[in-house]
Amino acid sequence: MSIHAQSIDLKDRFAAFFYKHQSTIREGLPEGINQHRQVAIEAFQQNGIPDRNVEDYKYTDLNPAFEKDYRTYIRPKQIDFNLNDIFHCDVPALDTHVVLLLNGWFYEKKTPQKKLPNGVIITSLREAANEYPEVIQKHYNQYADSKNQGLTALNTAFAQDGVFIYVPRGKAMDKPVQIINLLMDEEPGMSQHRNLMVMEEGSQAKVIVCDHTLSQSTFLTNSVTEIYAGQNAHMDFVRIQNEHNDSTQISNLYLNQERDSNVTSNTISLHGGLIRNNYYLRLNGENCENKTLGLYLTDRGQHIDSYVHMDHAHPHSRSNQLFKGVLDDYATGAFNGRILVRQDAQKTEAYQANNNILLTDDAKMNSKPQLEIYADDVKCSHGGTSGQLNGDALFYLRSRGIPLKEAQLLLMYAFAHEIIGEIHIQPLQDRIHELTEKRLRGELTRCNYCQMHCGDSGKN
Amino acid sequence: MLTIKNLHVSIEDKQILKGINLEVQKGEIHAIMGPNGSGKSTLASVLAGRNLFNITEGEIIYEGKNLLEMAPEERAREGIFLGFQYPVEIPGVSMMNFLKTAVNEQRKHRGLEPMKSSDFLKMMREKKDLVEIDSNLTNRSVNEGFSGGEKKRNEIFQMAMLDPRLSILDETDSGLDIDALKIVAHGVNKLKSSENATIVITHYQRLLNYIIPDRVHVLYDGQIVKSGNKDLAIELEDKGYDWLRKETQAG
Repeated sequence: MSIHAQSIDLKDRFAAFFYKHQSTIREGLPEGINQHRQVAIEAFQQNGIPDRNVEDYKYTDLNPAFEKDYRTYIRPKQIDFNLNDIFHCDVPALDTHVVLLLNGWFYEKKTPQKKLPNGVIITSLREAANEYPEVIQKHYNQYADSKNQGLTALNTAFAQDGVFIYVPRGKAMDKPVQIINLLMDEEPGMSQHRNLMVMEEGSQAKVIVCDHTLSQSTFLTNSVTEIYAGQNAHMDFVRIQNEHNDSTQISNLYLNQERDSNVTSNTISLHGGLIRNNYYLRLNGENCENKTLGLYLTDRGQHIDSYVHMDHAHPHSRSNQLFKGVLDDYATGAFNGRILVRQDAQKTEAYQANNNILLTDDAKMNSKPQLEIYADDVKCSHGGTSGQLNGDALFYLRSRGIPLKEAQLLLMYAFAHEIIGEIHIQPLQDRIHELTEKRLRGELTRCNYCQMHCGDSGKN
Repeated sequence: MLTIKNLHVSIEDKQILKGINLEVQKGEIHAIMGPNGSGKSTLASVLAGRNLFNITEGEIIYEGKNLLEMAPEERAREGIFLGFQYPVEIPGVSMMNFLKTAVNEQRKHRGLEPMKSSDFLKMMREKKDLVEIDSNLTNRSVNEGFSGGEKKRNEIFQMAMLDPRLSILDETDSGLDIDALKIVAHGVNKLKSSENATIVITHYQRLLNYIIPDRVHVLYDGQIVKSGNKDLAIELEDKGYDWLRKETQAG
């Protein structure tokens, strides 16, 4: 079942694999999902895996990661493990609906209740595709760009499972949903899971996503998450990325917001070998509010690249992007943010900032903010900074007896706080504060064990 | 307590201090006055350990130790405190966390356990009362959004919390109205003891109406050109720095 490294072109290799195994890939899934595959694989063959010649991927070459030999999980692999040995809830008072993906496949044993009394559905994409075909028909692959984005097309061609969340009109989730993505295998593995979250009019939800590698092998993830936030829907989306140095993670988030909706997404990248986070955000109605925030802490040879495309399609909406990073050793990073304000989108307020602290001369950050404005009555700003810790502030702290190292930590911690403070789930915010501090102190250098320890309510 | 001998300091090839000699005993308040650009703030920064300067000649002995070999944080733990002319705003670092870290570092240095939270809060309350600082300042980030006067009062509050042996107050009076000036001076006077010493750096004489110095030194073009008792400050106020300029040139 693995795609062997061959001298033929990468995209042909993936296409060949698709055609060879498509009956297995399609098995057990309805047309609502399968109907998109053929178009997607063709689009993928057109676009391929982006290399540095693609403007939006100028600073991140994904090809080496794809060239490796992976097992692709077109059938779930039975892996023996006792979940309770791995997870013990370490986040006090974090009470969530936990769902688990193991190598991209929904792990049934962890999800006792798939339909809550108020009509909220939390289940696997596979099950949803069969049980709720009308929702799938209406929303699946409607926001993701499987035409022009090669990686998204690749996911659409291969996607077989993932998490499905549905919040009916006017309903609020009683507690956050926590999706734990686990990668665990003794051989290199590739996951292309697909999540769909549908928030109907006036609904409310908080979703936490935790990405973890649990074994040392090389992993590649190319995931797509589509979120539909209906009129006046409110959503908090928090993502914690914590994978080891031999992992490559590409996440493609497609968010569609209808009028009066409010979505905050917050991505905390604590650890990872190569991370590329794509955010395609469309404010598809008036008076939308969006905050897209990111914090990344990288060291050694890690690389993180954040790409944001914010599309203001209608008037009177507000968006705010803030990405902050601390880069140590010879870590590298890129930020590429684009704000598009369409002609009709008058009275738009759109802000974007990317601030970085480079702790060494070898750490490197490429920041490219872009504004594209076709309306004439808007407030927009963008900016980026990359620099060292403020020397005046360091001296001030030291002059009060605080050692240099501690003073640096206080400043980095303060720098990170602006993002972490926006996590609106208090126990999680506290825990992330703690993890960030540990991370900045260099105490979290290894990461093959889950640092969150929150998949099970063992201690609660 | 402090002996400065023949101190020469330059920054980027520009000589700023050209042979400072100064002796401060415990229990004393010294005032250093002088026109803009005479090197007052450089002297304060060098004492606190800012590394922007080249010490080309001379030495500073503090409590028998070579001060110039010590990192800023070591100096602070040994009891040196600099009240900044321009206190730095540090968004995201709470006053509470900042002070607690500073106080506990000092305690660690003295072989003491970290302070219990309740004791720390009690100490904060007492010191706030002592220096008449607005109580909500400590709920904010360090100096962030503080007015000029609040920043200066916050310096005195930190001084009270850290209980230094040698305080150097760099133009603490600048930008203060007369009420704020009184509060700051009042704080300094209350913290004065026979065991500590203070160096007050100022451009104007008016602060010295409230803090009575034992010695007044006039710094001019990188050198102390005149020293005297508190009357020297009054004389300076009357005659202006021009008087000294002429006298120095004549000499």
